[in-house]
Amino acid sequence: MSAMVPMVNVAALKDTTLLNMGIFALFVLVTMVIVFRASRNNKTAADYYAAGRSFTGSQNGTAIAGDYLSAASFLGITGAIAVNGYDGFLYSIGFLVAWLVALLLVAELLRNTGKFTMADVLSFRLRQRPVRIAAALSTLAVCFFYLLAQMAGAGSLISLLLGISDWGGQALVIVVVGALMIVYVLIGGMKGTTWVQIIKAVLLICGAAVMTLWVLSIYGFNLSNLLGAAADSAKNPNVLNPGLQYGKTETSKLDFMSLGLALVLGTAALPHVLMRFYTVPTAKEARKSVVWSIWLIGLFYLFTLVLGYGAAALVGADTIKSAPGGVNSAAPLLAFHLGGPLLLGFISAVAFATILAVVAGLTITAAASFAHDIYANVISKGKADAGTEVKVARRTVVVIGVLAILGGIFANGQNVAFLVALAFAVAASANLPTIVYSLFWKKFTTQGATWSMYGGLAAAIILIALSPVVSGAKTSMIPGANFAIFPLSNPGIVSIPLAFLLGWLGTVLDKRREDTAKQAEMEVRSLTGIGAEKAVNH
Amino acid sequence: MGNEAQTPDAAASVDFQEVQQTAQFQELRKRHRSFVFPMAIAFLLWYFAYVLLADYAVGFMSTKLWGNINVGLVLGLLQFVSTFGITAWYVSYSNRRLDPVAAEIRNEIEGHEFDKGSTVRGAAQ
Repeated sequence: MSAMVPMVNVAALKDTTLLNMGIFALFVLVTMVIVFRASRNNKTAADYYAAGRSFTGSQNGTAIAGDYLSAASFLGITGAIAVNGYDGFLYSIGFLVAWLVALLLVAELLRNTGKFTMADVLSFRLRQRPVRIAAALSTLAVCFFYLLAQMAGAGSLISLLLGISDWGGQALVIVVVGALMIVYVLIGGMKGTTWVQIIKAVLLICGAAVMTLWVLSIYGFNLSNLLGAAADSAKNPNVLNPGLQYGKTETSKLDFMSLGLALVLGTAALPHVLMRFYTVPTAKEARKSVVWSIWLIGLFYLFTLVLGYGAAALVGADTIKSAPGGVNSAAPLLAFHLGGPLLLGFISAVAFATILAVVAGLTITAAASFAHDIYANVISKGKADAGTEVKVARRTVVVIGVLAILGGIFANGQNVAFLVALAFAVAASANLPTIVYSLFWKKFTTQGATWSMYGGLAAAIILIALSPVVSGAKTSMIPGANFAIFPLSNPGIVSIPLAFLLGWLGTVLDKRREDTAKQAEMEVRSLTGIGAEKAVNH
Repeated sequence: MGNEAQTPDAAASVDFQEVQQTAQFQELRKRHRSFVFPMAIAFLLWYFAYVLLADYAVGFMSTKLWGNINVGLVLGLLQFVSTFGITAWYVSYSNRRLDPVAAEIRNEIEGHEFDKGSTVRGAAQ
């Protein structure tokens, strides 16, 4: 069986469009019912932003996995392993190891000291206004880059999974996906968003598990046989070795180091991940959430290893590369090869659900940051009542949803794959140094925080703008121009150390001292959980 | 962590600097930091050692061990094992060494032992 000639009729994929849409519609129907039921208790700001802090650690951990395992990591990593072999696997490891930063240094302390947003923690013992504004801006920047990447990716998914290749048809589907997302977030708030993410995570992990067992059974549950078949099919034994993608030049090697740094340090500073820790009642449940998400995400990346090599062996890298959607088509093509239209329909529906769930999580995070940090605490200086704040958050959801739809339509077809890496780099540069310093360094000051956040944010964005992903290469966003004076596609290796340095420098040069009573309060609260925000009882 | 019992403003009247100075809190802080800092440094070093090997020691990583299983794949899978292992270790350490002390301090604060203006407060005022 392992010697079978890869034969997947790509044209036959189009015949399954109706089935794909039907399964996706079923997902939407089921989640809508759950969101409506869950949202009946949405009364306070804590209900809307933090789901009343009533989810258990295992529920929240599953939702985190649903939020984190985006279409990029499901379709992208499977495809990367299918086409580039080992280097695709190497990429997935950074995404997993990064969770230890969240587990050891961030999750529990953050749950104990914050209320709704990342800025709550960062501005806890520093001067409110400047720190909150900086934290909110970097939150909005990360959410914007991540959101645009997801919505732009939706376009290529549509051509792959629904067989719609004209621009107008794709735009229509993007509008439908965006509108659905707005409805979920508007009505369901964090509770609705969480349920969508939980259901999607369960479907995705179960689907991937079935396919993994299926592939393994073809090779007698012998990983070595599967790897051999993948190498035979690629006619290149090097797909089992590192270096096919990142080892091309000295620059690409350095680039991978830079990417690795951004992945490992960025994950625990992604605002939409941080906000999920407020949906559980205690720090201990926040810890349980991370433990669950580490197991689920780790298991999932082990599945993608088998699926990637399975797609290489059974479908073949050439077929994958020439299919609509290119590298991203590896997982759907493998599903079609294994289980025919029904499994393809299921996997396609899960891929759409994935976009919906991730975009919803980003939108509620951005809306909460705007309403809670900028509107309530900066514009109305803490005088706005919670009702008005939630009203502002809901309006922001609509604005962000519309922007995401427009961004998705216009970025469709553009090469914006670098945006996800940029979001991680910005999170690692602008957010992580300040999170770590304010939790662990007594002397840290407001000036240190603002220098580090603005410096890290600016460095990451400017270096990307001056890199080959934007100009100067065939694969650039603007291939016609060349102002790429920075050689790496990922700025992390420069911007992250720079932001740590600026945080230290800004602090030692600061003539003002921070309130030591506030520092004591933050430290005691973060470690003991005294005075932490409680669950809402209904 | 059982902090459901306290009232929202139980913390408002607490002298946190006094709590911070207690031997009990210092011990909790030390236990927390002496676990998370070395562990964070260790897993970061191990991860970057792995990335450097994959980047610059391709020959070594491509060495076949059993059938088509090579050193690179084994080290990659060991990254998963170490991540799961550190997670389990931290959970058991927290349950044994951190949570009981944190709960004790919380109970004392909730019992108003550290309220501002209480007689225990010394020379500072």
